[in-house]
Order: sequence, then structure tokens, then C-alpha cells
Amino acid sequence: MCKECGCGLGGDVRIGGEAHAHEHVYGHGHGHDHPHESHSGHGGQTVTLQRSLLEKNDRLAEQNRGFFRAKKLLVLNVVSSPGSGKTTFIRETAAQLTGRLRVGVIVGDLATDNDAARLRAAGIPVVQITTGTVCHLDAEMVARAAAQIDLDHLDVLVIENVGNLVCPADYDLGEDLRVVLLSVTEGEDKPLKYPPLFHSANVAVVTKSDMAAAAGFDRSLALFNLQRASHHARIFELSAKTGDGMKAWLDYLVERQAAGRGK
Amino acid sequence: MHEVSIMESAVSMAVETARKSGSDRVLAVRLRVGVLSGVVPEALRFAFDVVCQGTPAEGSALEMELVPAGGWCPVCQADFEYAEFPGECPRCHEPNGELRRGRELEITSVEIS
Repeated sequence: MCKECGCGLGGDVRIGGEAHAHEHVYGHGHGHDHPHESHSGHGGQTVTLQRSLLEKNDRLAEQNRGFFRAKKLLVLNVVSSPGSGKTTFIRETAAQLTGRLRVGVIVGDLATDNDAARLRAAGIPVVQITTGTVCHLDAEMVARAAAQIDLDHLDVLVIENVGNLVCPADYDLGEDLRVVLLSVTEGEDKPLKYPPLFHSANVAVVTKSDMAAAAGFDRSLALFNLQRASHHARIFELSAKTGDGMKAWLDYLVERQAAGRGK
Repeated sequence: MHEVSIMESAVSMAVETARKSGSDRVLAVRLRVGVLSGVVPEALRFAFDVVCQGTPAEGSALEMELVPAGGWCPVCQADFEYAEFPGECPRCHEPNGELRRGRELEITSVEIS
């Protein structure tokens, strides 16, 4: 049923190669609804609820956040369209932080563990989540994947979300920073086409800056649009391939991680 | 794109509410859906019919209240409604408003027999 938007029905999520049936039927409220009954509408009794449909995920995300903070980890949720350069960006971030911060990665993909293999080949501790038909990572998947990494020997945990600019916006994973990537080969108006995700970002990174001229990238228009949609976000421009602009980003992470240790 | 799982959550809460109140039938489910919530109302409606099948909510009505995008203007120190998002405060044209409404995905009430 519903294969194209799927999101769980019949789909199996695999974490670190192990299959887990993905639980999407949320049962058991925990008694924090406040029923007020009245008669109305369809001839029955109306019970008022006022509950978020994402409350289970939000609760698990807060648990993750508390757990990660206790471990003094800086946690990033990296989101972008497919092909914006998430894996190369994360690999170079981890490699160039060697000697300053220890980085581990949780990678989410619909299928294949190619991205995890690329990171693992670079010597980075990595756990793969294969979501099947699910279009985003959720807090429960991240909790299960995090249990498979030795967090006590890490300073930064990077979560590479499924390539998608819609669904990940709704799912808090327990991260400290939501990092959205915009590559110069995408349209400059992407921040305006997907405003909820860009607006929710703490950091916006323009990637593949080495290809800007070839792609005919209108830098000032892209930055203008980013500032409109993500005006709270810290903006970086870089090329993970050439290293151009990486220093400012890495220094920012070191500074944020140190600030978090004081929490 | 994740309307089915969102709706499973809503129907599950509705059925659980009915059971706790000693009812075996849900007549209506009422939601608040923000225009920037990332879900498509038509897809929610389709998912609702599918997810309700075989549950005490089968045949029930789905009522959705769409919540427009609203913000807080730091200059005017007041709420405003976005003509489009992202966009500016209609009074002072300040572009850096803070999004306050429009991301809702809530179940507000359930009607039971």
C-alpha cells in the first residue's frame, strides 16, 4: 500500500545491517491529555485533546538530546537535497578535525550503504540506517543507531539525514545544530521553495563553491534568499573538495563543541 | 510525503481516546494543520480513509482546520500574518520576523459515540 509515499507501512528499517520492523502505530498516550467533553457535530460526545501528532518523536528527541548532552557531544543533523554533497562534506569535516575533535557519523539512506562505506574507508566510525521507504530519519532510529557507536570516544556526532528537503523538517532528532546544505549546482531559489526546512536550520552551508562559475551560480541572489528563509542561521560558503572555506566552518565546530562542554 | 505515519498517529490517538471513554466508535477526528507543516491535506485525507479501515474510526469524518503562516515582528513587537513565507511584516516591511504559526500538526478533538 502507498508505495510512493510509503513512510513505514510495510517498510523495514535496517540499522547497522540489522533489520527492525519500523513501528509507526503509536499507542499508549501517557495521560497528559485533558479531556473536556461536550456534545456537538456528528451527534456524539466531543473530547478535546490538543496533542501534537509528532509528540512521540518529540519526546524521544528530547531523550536523545539529554543523553547526548550528558556525553558532552555536539550533535549535527545534516539535511539537504539528494546530491548536495552531504557525504563529502561530512567526510572532509571529520578528516580535517583529526587531532582537534573526534567525529562519528550516523548515515541515513533509503537504500544502499554506499555513503557509509565511503566514510568508513576514510577511517570514520559510522553506523548506517537504511530506511527502506521512509523519507526521513526519526528520533527512534537515531537512538538505536547511536547505541551501536562508542560515543564515549567521540566529541561530535554527525547525523546525515535522508536526502530530502521536506519531511526531515518535522522530525527533531535531538540534535544541537540543524545544518542545511545548498550546493551551487542547485537553484538559487531552493530556500524559497522549501522554507520550513531552511527556516528551521541553525547553520546553512553553500557547498561545491569550486563549481560556482561553471554552474553559473548567482551568489548574491542565493545568499539573499538564504537570509530571507534562514535569517537565524549562520551561513558558510565552502568547497569540501578543494578545502576552500573549510577553516571557518571547522573553527566554528570547535568553538561550539567547547561551549557545549560547559553545559 | 509522510502523511500515512502522521495519520496513523492521529487515528491511534482517536481510537485510544474512545476506548478510555468507554466508547467503541469514533465519529469524527479534528486536526489543526499548518500550511508550512510539510504535509499535504489531500494526502492526509487519503491516508485517513486507508488507516481507519478495520478500526473503530472506520467511516468517521476528518475535519481539518488549516492554520496560515503567522509571525512575530521584532520591530512592531506584534503578531502578523505572512502574505507569503518567507516574507516581510506587512506593517513595517521588516524581513526578519519569527515564524510563530503554520507548522502545526495537532489533533484537537475527537467525537465519539
